[in-house]
Amino acid sequence: MIAPADHPLLVAEGLTKHYGPHLGCADVSLEIHEGEVVAVVGESGSGKSTLLGLLSTQLLPNSGSIRYRMRDGEARDLFALGEAERRFLLRTDWGFVHQDARLGLRMGVSAGGNVGERLMAVGWRNYGRIRAEAESWLERVEIARDRIDDRPDTFSGGMRQRLQIAKNMVTRPRLIFMDEPTGGLDVSVQARLLDLIRGFVNDYGLAAVIVTHDLAVARLLSHRIVVMRHGRAIETGLTDQVLDDPREPYTQLLVASILQA
Amino acid sequence: MSDAASYNFAYLDEQTKRMIRRALLKAVAIPGYQVPFASREMPMPYGWGTGGVQVTASVLGADDTLKVIDQGSDDTTNAVSIRKFFERTAGIATTTHTSEATVIQTRHRIPEAPLGEGQILVYQVPIPEPLRFLEPRETETRRLHALEDYGLMHVKLYEDIARHGHIATTYAYPVKVDGRYIMDPSPTPKFDNPKMDMCPALQLFGAGREKRIYALPPYTKVVSLDFEDHPFEPTKFDRGCALCGSEGIYLDEVVTDDRGGRMFVCSDTDYCESRRAEATEGGHALHEVPR
Amino acid sequence: MSANPVMIRLDAVAKTFVMHLRGGARLPVVAGVSFEVRGGECVVLGGPSGTGKSSILKMIYGNYRADGGRIDIHGPAGWVDIARAVPRSVLSLRKSTIGYVSQFLRVIPRVGALDVVAASARESGLDETAARTRAASLLDMLNVPERLWSLPPATFSGGEQQRINIARGFAAERPILLLDEPTASLDATNRAAVVGLIEARKRAGAAILGIFHDEDVRDRVADRVIDVAKFAPEAPGR
Repeated sequence: MIAPADHPLLVAEGLTKHYGPHLGCADVSLEIHEGEVVAVVGESGSGKSTLLGLLSTQLLPNSGSIRYRMRDGEARDLFALGEAERRFLLRTDWGFVHQDARLGLRMGVSAGGNVGERLMAVGWRNYGRIRAEAESWLERVEIARDRIDDRPDTFSGGMRQRLQIAKNMVTRPRLIFMDEPTGGLDVSVQARLLDLIRGFVNDYGLAAVIVTHDLAVARLLSHRIVVMRHGRAIETGLTDQVLDDPREPYTQLLVASILQA
Repeated sequence: MSDAASYNFAYLDEQTKRMIRRALLKAVAIPGYQVPFASREMPMPYGWGTGGVQVTASVLGADDTLKVIDQGSDDTTNAVSIRKFFERTAGIATTTHTSEATVIQTRHRIPEAPLGEGQILVYQVPIPEPLRFLEPRETETRRLHALEDYGLMHVKLYEDIARHGHIATTYAYPVKVDGRYIMDPSPTPKFDNPKMDMCPALQLFGAGREKRIYALPPYTKVVSLDFEDHPFEPTKFDRGCALCGSEGIYLDEVVTDDRGGRMFVCSDTDYCESRRAEATEGGHALHEVPR
Repeated sequence: MSANPVMIRLDAVAKTFVMHLRGGARLPVVAGVSFEVRGGECVVLGGPSGTGKSSILKMIYGNYRADGGRIDIHGPAGWVDIARAVPRSVLSLRKSTIGYVSQFLRVIPRVGALDVVAASARESGLDETAARTRAASLLDMLNVPERLWSLPPATFSGGEQQRINIARGFAAERPILLLDEPTASLDATNRAAVVGLIEARKRAGAAILGIFHDEDVRDRVADRVIDVAKFAPEAPGR
């Protein structure tokens, strides 16, 4: 036997996306298993954000397919889902953490309202219970309970990212997409966020696709890595193997370019 | 009056009325759904009820009797000018008595006297989109309605409770229509929300600037949104009307002098007058008007 | 000892680095690597530095790719060829079967020393309390001052970090243990402590494969020494 016998959560095959004459991403195939963290690395314009957009069904591919194993165990073709089903999936079994928290949060709504939104969307109608759940998630992302009624525009960058994570985690998703989650944060703030993400991956068996240009983030968080260049996945494998024994010329260049602290 | 001859009946041309009636039929067929329509320029500014006036013009017949109220009152500038407008352009009968009217155009209130079958209540609506407060993109709000994706609406109520300890929205309080669409009942006070539920009259809503029409057919279920532990409660007044003594009706605060004197009176002027007239006929003393 | 089962079996394993940043230069490291390690024995890879000892350990751990041959590991569900296994399978074996201790600690920000070690013990199946107890006893055994236990090792000295790393490597009691110069630059007391830990793992039946430059340590723990020089590739550009 080679692999532990279970079925992948998500199977993407031959994902291709053109923007007019420009190539976004070409023929990328990827499997994600439960509890597995996959880092997508590459420089700007390499297609990593396009890939994330496709995997999270926010972009439609020109060709290719994605099958996802729903909570009921049935594997479904994501691009054949109805809009209502797709949205339901996005706000229950999935999460999306944006680099710019303003895209992931409602800046005019309190922290509690932000965290409670998904619960209300799936039918929670008891204010006290929604609030208690929001409080408990704020605590889990290390935001003081007494900030529950404050709006995220009064929060620091690191707190906003943590609030975004709480907002996503409240429905216990099985898969979370992250686009440069630590981008633009101070190093110490980054460390705290990374630690939090690592904890959730361990404690909740969360699977994640993390787009980052920071190989240190990829090494710390991911089990597997996909190196993108010119829209293609040029190298993929076990994270420490790809980083310590890179095979492709571009990957070797990427690894050799890391600044050592 | 010869003025009526200068205009097509009720000002709007027949083509426009047909267009609006088609929108109204669609709105009645899909209770609570906002139907776009080609709102016309009217001889009055936006915000003065252009949406309501177009709806009224499209449903008025020569035999109709029209009542127009603004904040419950028949005699404000807005109510008077719209009433006059239709007197001159349609030559129809007008009234201030709720029970006599076949069409009632309103801004901000539902009459206190119960409406009956055969009556039409036309609301002037400034902002028809209940989700606008949280979602500025029209493309997105329309998708949310289409998908019945209404979590956001409760976020608004949640924010109210978080900030004020209770649902502080007192007017334009969102309702769910016939178990499907979330609707903004225009800026009527939430006091009036229960009157919309299973109302025997036809209720039509026109938003001129926003070019939307929506409707509640007679006997439609209209539920005010709430939380289990913060249920919807209509506004209650701890006193009666200072003029007619009625209780359980919506009151306006009226400042009576410049020394802080004030009193609370019926916002529905016709209702107040009718109560007082009944009292006089019945030989009861009138409540004294403070001076 | 020969009654113990084979845990690691290498067959004709080869490794060549291709350095694309240096015009695609090929750097053969080892070829034809074949040996076995059984449970309960400690096999030491010997030979001068630069002969690929470390690369062999890393290939067994799946950290380096093998370019040829098989690396069979006796896992909980049977034999797995690490050279061909999918990443998930390699990670699963690392959790259940293969421990790896180098002299370098890869620090995780914000996590305290005791937690780093306890996390490793938990991975191998101990509950929270047992994991912390084991972590504490290992740190104590390796003379890491208790005042450091709750602090993240990022700020520790090199020697302290190394001992945290050793504690982490021994916290999980896995059936295979790969040791890449764990005692380098340790003082005599701590070297002795590490030797004690290795002997304990051997007695518990673990298959141990290590690199020790310190002859004293090597002589005390090694059952066999394999001279890696015999796996030298014939010529560059082969």
